[in-house]
Amino acid sequence: MKPILRIQNLKKIYHDIDGEVCAIEDIHLDIYEKELVAIVGPSGCGKTSLLSILSNLESKSDGTISFQKENVTLGYMLQKDALFPWKTILENCLIGLEINHTLNEETKNRVIRLLNTYGLGEFMNKYPDSLSGGMRQRVALIRTLAINPDILLLDEPFSALDYQTRLALSDDVYQIIKKEGKTAILVTHDLAEAISLSDRVVVLTKRPATVKKIYEIHFANKSTPMKNRRCKEFNIYYDQIWRDLDVHL
Amino acid sequence: MSTYSLEHKEFLKKRKRNRLLVMTCQILIIVIFLIFWEFASRCGMINTFLSSSPTKVFQTFLSLAKQNQLWSHVGITVYETLLSFILASVIGFLIATILWWNKTIAKIIDPYLTVLNSLPKVALGPLIIIWVGANMNSIIFMALMISTFITIINIYQGFISTDHYLITLLRSFNAKKYQIFLKLIVPSNKNNLINCLKVNISMSLIGVIMGELLVSKKGLGYLIMYGSQVFNINLVITSVVLLGIVSYFMYEIIIFIEKKADRN
Repeated sequence: MKPILRIQNLKKIYHDIDGEVCAIEDIHLDIYEKELVAIVGPSGCGKTSLLSILSNLESKSDGTISFQKENVTLGYMLQKDALFPWKTILENCLIGLEINHTLNEETKNRVIRLLNTYGLGEFMNKYPDSLSGGMRQRVALIRTLAINPDILLLDEPFSALDYQTRLALSDDVYQIIKKEGKTAILVTHDLAEAISLSDRVVVLTKRPATVKKIYEIHFANKSTPMKNRRCKEFNIYYDQIWRDLDVHL
Repeated sequence: MSTYSLEHKEFLKKRKRNRLLVMTCQILIIVIFLIFWEFASRCGMINTFLSSSPTKVFQTFLSLAKQNQLWSHVGITVYETLLSFILASVIGFLIATILWWNKTIAKIIDPYLTVLNSLPKVALGPLIIIWVGANMNSIIFMALMISTFITIINIYQGFISTDHYLITLLRSFNAKKYQIFLKLIVPSNKNNLINCLKVNISMSLIGVIMGELLVSKKGLGYLIMYGSQVFNINLVITSVVLLGIVSYFMYEIIIFIEKKADRN
């Protein structure tokens, strides 16, 4: 099978007046269609840089990023919800379409359908300040899905939330991604989240980042992220990846 | 209509009472001041030749109105102020936009902006008259010198303090710079822009009066200057009172715009 996204020899150097820092040394990674790949690594290892480069927010220093087909749309879900306080929930979700000049009756109805499907229908015409943190983050996901991206990039999408909301929402997001049939790359520092949500876990080394190891996650009875956490394989993966991360204080 | 709890009724009553109190006090202050002023001038406690009196101000006001001079003087000052206000707002907004667009230009002209803004413009008065001419253009120019730079600085400051995270969001959708400007920078700076208008209108009025004091044949600034030259204190004080009324109404216009913008 041909990968939907192929990253080769990726390198990123940051420059400032005090010198340069190599954030990403040499990353090779293939992403296949409809899989959910989690990227974990020690903090500050360049996980977010990787997503920023993929989504064209930052330029790469070297290497190639190639997509299976032309005009692949990427959807980037940021760590914080970044909802515009002066726009309603629906207007917030339409902003990507407005910018791509693809807002019409059809695409608008698709967004309304998404909002209705994922329990935000009644808040459509409310403003973000009347929503809870978990709901705001769900709106952010739908805003990302609105442009119908081929690949979703999720940058620690749950880290700003409290623990309970986080568990519940990661279940939700998992369902949404699978139901909409999306390919997704999830960056997280939470190993449990990575293992329970994803099909593969990519472990990065300390800065400058390279790929240390890739785990294929198999559960004997794979289910929702919440239930996956109770599988016996879960702890085995957790221990292995924890050792790979090589955390020293 | 739904019936409110007793506590809520009490709350509404309290609010109403407080508003009534504020308004009564506001009116009382001006009335007491006027009475005291009138009384003092009639008893000879103050010299009416130097400090006039409310009746004399009122008489001057009436005679100005009778000679059809009232509206022409007030009108010309209002006209000049509004003209420089609009010009300064538009120029300020445009230049602030250019500076936001191109950080290098912003860095280059930053020290010049600071110097031009803090320079006491009245020092330029004679030069402006020589360069621009002894006419209304000088007055507008003076007002623009006073109001434009501060407008540029304030609007630009607002633009660059827009939440970077929201800019990142738009960039993740591949937004072009003009889209970021129209969809994020302008709407998120709405309050700041209105505040700039508030500052700008009073700056424009200050500038216009300053210009009129230097060079003019009409306007409230001219009346004040003329009055002081012929030692007609009644005329000077009447003009100052009129100026106060004009600035109050201009402020109210901005408040009106603010409320209108808030609703949208």
